Amino acid sequence: MTSIPKTSRRDFLKLAAAAGGGLVLGFHWESAEAKIMNVIHGGTVAGSDISFNSYLSISPDDVITIFSPNPELGQNIKTSFPMIVAEELDADWTKVHVQQAMLDTKKYERQVTGGSGAIPHSWERLRKAGATARYMLMEAAAKRWSVPASSLTAEHGVVYHKESGRKATYGELATDASAIAVPADVKLKDKKDFKLIGTAVRNVDSKQMITGKPLYGLDFYREGMLFAMLQRPPAFGTKIKSVDAAAAKAMPGIVDVVTFKNNVAVVGKSTWQVNKARKALKVEYEPDGAAALESTTDHDQIFKKLLDSSDPNVVSVKRKDGDADAAFKTAAKVITKEYQCPFLSHSPLEPMNFFAHVRPDGVELVGPSQTPDMARNETAKLLNIPPEQITLELTRLGGGFGRRLKADYVLEAAELSSLIKAPVKVIWTREDDMTGGSYRPAVRYRFSAALDAKGNLVGYKLRGVGINAGNCTREDNFPSGAVDNLQIESIEHKSPITTGAWRAPITNFLAFAEQAFIDEVAMAAGKDPVAFRLDLLAKAKTTPVGAIKYDIDRMKGVIDLVVEKSQWGKKKGVSQGFSVYFSHRSYVAQVAEIEMKKGKPVLEKIHAAADCGVVVNISGANQQVRGGVTDGLGHALFGSLTFKDGAAEQKNFNNYRLIRMKEVPAIDVHFVNNGIDPTGLGEPALPPTGGAVANALFKALGKRLYNQPFTKQEELKGVSLGERL
Amino acid sequence: MANYKLQINGRTLEADVDADTPLLWVLRDHLGLVGTKFGCGIAQCGACTVHVDGKAMRSCSLPVSAVGAKKVTTIEGLSELGDHPVQQAWDEVDVAQCGYCQAGQIMTAAALLAQNPKPTNEQIENAMHGNICRCGTYHRILEAVALASTKLK
Repeated sequence: MTSIPKTSRRDFLKLAAAAGGGLVLGFHWESAEAKIMNVIHGGTVAGSDISFNSYLSISPDDVITIFSPNPELGQNIKTSFPMIVAEELDADWTKVHVQQAMLDTKKYERQVTGGSGAIPHSWERLRKAGATARYMLMEAAAKRWSVPASSLTAEHGVVYHKESGRKATYGELATDASAIAVPADVKLKDKKDFKLIGTAVRNVDSKQMITGKPLYGLDFYREGMLFAMLQRPPAFGTKIKSVDAAAAKAMPGIVDVVTFKNNVAVVGKSTWQVNKARKALKVEYEPDGAAALESTTDHDQIFKKLLDSSDPNVVSVKRKDGDADAAFKTAAKVITKEYQCPFLSHSPLEPMNFFAHVRPDGVELVGPSQTPDMARNETAKLLNIPPEQITLELTRLGGGFGRRLKADYVLEAAELSSLIKAPVKVIWTREDDMTGGSYRPAVRYRFSAALDAKGNLVGYKLRGVGINAGNCTREDNFPSGAVDNLQIESIEHKSPITTGAWRAPITNFLAFAEQAFIDEVAMAAGKDPVAFRLDLLAKAKTTPVGAIKYDIDRMKGVIDLVVEKSQWGKKKGVSQGFSVYFSHRSYVAQVAEIEMKKGKPVLEKIHAAADCGVVVNISGANQQVRGGVTDGLGHALFGSLTFKDGAAEQKNFNNYRLIRMKEVPAIDVHFVNNGIDPTGLGEPALPPTGGAVANALFKALGKRLYNQPFTKQEELKGVSLGERL
Repeated sequence: MANYKLQINGRTLEADVDADTPLLWVLRDHLGLVGTKFGCGIAQCGACTVHVDGKAMRSCSLPVSAVGAKKVTTIEGLSELGDHPVQQAWDEVDVAQCGYCQAGQIMTAAALLAQNPKPTNEQIENAMHGNICRCGTYHRILEAVALASTKLK
């Protein structure tokens, strides 16, 4: 039996031992800060009310299995999480086997993909997990050879006693190690001694992806499973008036047609059959109460009206430093500009889908979700059963971008399965996804700057109006803290059109607006745009105004790096545009470069300098930045979802344009190497891109862009754009 | 419903389906070949790309009744051991993020290289332009196709 120091009997965990012995280690934290871990060896799980975080096992034949608890949607967490464990363990990476863990928040706590938060949250826990196992393996070897543990070294999964020439693999030591007392605390490596962290490690699912193995939710099939598609209201603000399903029901392969909550579900034996039968439904809709059927033209009017509102019940003041009104009255120069963005669809390439089997004794859910815990809890509420009766198996996600933070598509599947009493996979078509809601909200901003006679920024105002956008500002971001008189306000218009978090929520457009505006203000002040920002940062550092929630030195660090790498201001014949932004704990600065070729602007390159703290996997991180920049560029250039009478006007990729290969410039990626603990990289590379490109376009063409998507703006009418724009 | 005998990945496979069923859904729902992906259903994204008599085709828009005796190759049949030069290059370059589009990208790339073993970057871009990668792995796709070109025997 294992002895467990500093923990109570109640907390004792036992898991099934690895077949034929070996070490199974649970990483157990009483709370986020507690440092106690348990070794688990033999028996079955005893204390079901205990939260531990993750676990690894080492088999006698040297296979190290590391469970990866978080949803994998392309952010590469399934590779980088285990790398952190393996680093401290000094494991042989070629013998590490990574497995996606089931949803179990008692074990793993935070199983969420969102907010660029996974590595910042788990960094220390994962390191301790590896270091603890390593400690126990070393102790086991020391005991076996009767030598002090301090005389041993470990490398690539082998413990060495150099003096005597003895060695043993982790697998050979695993069973003995499981009897070693778990240390209450372990020493972690010096970051300079990292061997695996910081290197390029290939995606652990690479082989399966390139050979077409089933990995994603849509790839889940089970004998006897039914297929379903739902007809949802075609316009936001409408509800079902009548349903005639006779024709659909009579079609081949159709098992049932079920109406629930404004949905008409067609259930059948294959995807194509339900797709065809759904088209044969005759459903009439009517307005749902007093809800307006909003169009994009209505939103344009709403923006104008609310931006001028003086109603304190409408305008929410988010931050107020000094007296902005007074500063504007005495300013030498005032600049006011407005910026607007449309709704966007998330459009992950794998459409929404989920499998559900609601049985009398429990519920089985399988599919892609960024928030499996929330999906389970909401399903429990819906079906009025305890969450413990629900299992949720996470598949790989074919993208997410925030869409799969919502559980609507999981709940639909569960409710349908409970109604038809059968296992069913609900499949959304691309049209369902694009018209069915949860969009990046449309927002309009008004920025105002007051300059004194010397070109100093003495007053700054921002008012934003968003459609279901919550607080559409980030009031404590730059340049807050650097301006004596500042006022930030947010206004929300409530709409039947559903919105949700879209990669880098709010900042995905706010960053463009702010960075384009500051560029314009800098030029009005007669200053270089980079120097203007550095002056503001210097002021925030020496004489801060109010609370500052960004790190001035880190922001300056990425600015300095991108200035150096892009040779800012030193290139002849190249129009450079600058942008820098802080989001989700990390900092990214970018310089876009446009060259005129045959009279047309060509976007040749974007330099990106990122500070996300320690880079875990340089291959994944490089691509995460390139992917973020590409995402930011594509949506700034092309992305637009418009509405007519409550219905989305774009329904598929034929008229909702996503960026394609020929439209992407070279992207050079650089990281600040400051050794701080990781601060996240899933989103921060996206926000700065639109501003950098717009500012470069201004230099190239003398035209300012205020609205997205750029390619549909008046300012660019008559301008023939060259490649990659 | 009719019975179709299809030549897929060097084997004859049968499916009882409606004549208008797209090859994509025959592969996925009826033959268990799920490597070919559904992305848009209107031949816009390329996730469903397969080879029909060696040419890259969008299986979401190809009715099974039009396939006849033509030879179909899916990602599962591109190579026996998953070591087609394009697959090798994809692995070495570590192309994928979410990975969902990559089977279609690989099939498009393999068809290009079969027809033009030494493409220029511009030819690669033209061939790959029809395949959407929502994660934005385009630089690596370009790099991997160029690398695969050097691996062809």
